[in-house]
Amino acid sequence: MSMIFGVPLAVLWGQLLIGIINGAFYALLSLGLAVIFGLLKIINFAHGAMYMLGAMCTVLLFDYLGINYWVALFLAPVLVGLVGVVIEYFLLRRIAGQDHIYSLLLTFGVALMLQGVLTNFFGVSGLRYSMPDTFQGGMNLGFMFLPYYRAWVIVVALLVCFGTWFMIEKTKLGSYLRAGTEDAQLMQGFGINVPLLVSLTYGFGVMLAAFAGVLAAPIYSVTPVMGSHILIVVFAVVVIGGMGSIGGAIITGVLMGVVEGLTKTFYPPASSAVIFLVMVVVLLIRPTGLFGKEA
Amino acid sequence: MTQPVNQAEIHQAILEQQKADDRKRLMANGVLLLLLLVAPFLMYPVFLMKILCFALFAVAFNLLFGFTGLLSFGHAAFLAAGGYTTGYLLSNMPGLTTEVGILAGTLVATLLGLAFALISIRRQGIYFAMVTLALAQLVFFFFVQSEFTGGEDGMHGIPRGELFGLISLDNNLNMYYFVLTVFIACYFLVQRVVGSPFGQVLKAIKQNEPRAVSLGYKVDRYKVLAFVISAALAGLAGSMKSVVFQLASLNDAHWHMSGEVILMTLVGGMGTLLGPVVGATFVVNVEYQLSQGPLRDWVDPILGGVFVLTVLAFRSGIVGEIQKFMKKNMG
Repeated sequence: MSMIFGVPLAVLWGQLLIGIINGAFYALLSLGLAVIFGLLKIINFAHGAMYMLGAMCTVLLFDYLGINYWVALFLAPVLVGLVGVVIEYFLLRRIAGQDHIYSLLLTFGVALMLQGVLTNFFGVSGLRYSMPDTFQGGMNLGFMFLPYYRAWVIVVALLVCFGTWFMIEKTKLGSYLRAGTEDAQLMQGFGINVPLLVSLTYGFGVMLAAFAGVLAAPIYSVTPVMGSHILIVVFAVVVIGGMGSIGGAIITGVLMGVVEGLTKTFYPPASSAVIFLVMVVVLLIRPTGLFGKEA
Repeated sequence: MTQPVNQAEIHQAILEQQKADDRKRLMANGVLLLLLLVAPFLMYPVFLMKILCFALFAVAFNLLFGFTGLLSFGHAAFLAAGGYTTGYLLSNMPGLTTEVGILAGTLVATLLGLAFALISIRRQGIYFAMVTLALAQLVFFFFVQSEFTGGEDGMHGIPRGELFGLISLDNNLNMYYFVLTVFIACYFLVQRVVGSPFGQVLKAIKQNEPRAVSLGYKVDRYKVLAFVISAALAGLAGSMKSVVFQLASLNDAHWHMSGEVILMTLVGGMGTLLGPVVGATFVVNVEYQLSQGPLRDWVDPILGGVFVLTVLAFRSGIVGEIQKFMKKNMG
């Protein structure tokens, strides 16, 4: 078997694949954070909890209502998105004028509540969700084995990322969003319902997180605490990429997944820390982040 | 006709007002001190020490958050760094007296704080919070994988040892008065820092950073120094905690702990001296009471709810609201 730096090539490809998949999740999550940050100027600490809700929702919809994966792929993000709109409408809106630190703390409290309540009902050991039959098996690419589901995750995650980018940069709705980022008050003056736009934006960002959660359900262990770790990693990704651009968030996410995968191949003990180390290096060399415009 | 304004008289009035305020504060502090001195005869000393350690932790955090306006989401790292260092030294070096172990833990936390500060002040606002959170997670992974921390099991049976090689700290009363002394010393240190010209600059940075810059202050240096002092005191709290409980575990390094100290400070009243102490007392008590009752599984969601309520309804915290009330009703 061919080797590279003492590592079998097949193992390297395998880790690289896992890296790209993790990267796709990072990209989806940091994209949602960036969308919310753009208009609301807040960091959504409940983002990890929303990702978790998406995955839990998928499992519970199947266990209790027999709703399959394909329906859940649409239904779960919509349900979680509604939860997001409720949070925005009843909580975040009340402190809109305050220092942004308060909204960060508020969403942190919401995350604690969601995580804590669900832990009481379902424990932390993880729920089982079986892979849809369509995705059983995989194909042999000659140099590696590619499970169908993993290929699907990569394709659909990248499609959603691209779709979001397209919607924000190229459509009329997206131009409202970008205008709101510049000057919400002026836009209100032009007769656009800004509070509604804010609610929808928060709901949409949360939907992206929940969508990532649905994708994660068949391959990761679904627990109420699954969101908190990945959220901290995504924060590091966001600091590395900067939240100035939508494209930057996507590219950095995938890139960091790959870096993590490569580290796992060559020096496993550092794999959980490598993204944070990259963050430190980026902060020291280029404090605004790779794609950042803001100070 | 307007009254002729006499500058000297106004000045005199302000001075007298300050004196009266000082007297009031002195009296309040005196009463508090008396209570703390007799407390171990009325309540379980270990529980009181737990409150004092967390109160010190929150006071340290508040110096950074409440007075400088920097929200660190990584203070658990310093608590744990202090705790682990002290625990390791006291467990493995039999000749070491307790205060040296605690000082060593504080020193390690201080250096870690310096490293955190130099990296994190390169970004502002919410980015600062995210960077500190990520750095603390890095430290958490280090503790998980290190041999000396005992990984998931943590460190157990840390000997309390003898203070200065003379006073046995295995006696809970001795231990309590030692912790109390350190706590009071730190409290006054923070009071002194906040009241000093340095503290005034910190407050200026909190209120309007660009203006502080334009006035010629090297803002970054002030921020770093505030961060380092805060980290040192947090480390000291962690060191004492590991001696009190004879235990150091990953719980102290977890992001959950960073969130808890924010909650303590916020509930008690950020930017007030007494607030974090009240907040820590409140949170530790709530946790204890809940853990004894039928709601013992609901501690986390309830604390999350307290978080949300505090942010929504009373951002000034307990002490802040009382101060507001007094100002309104007692002139």
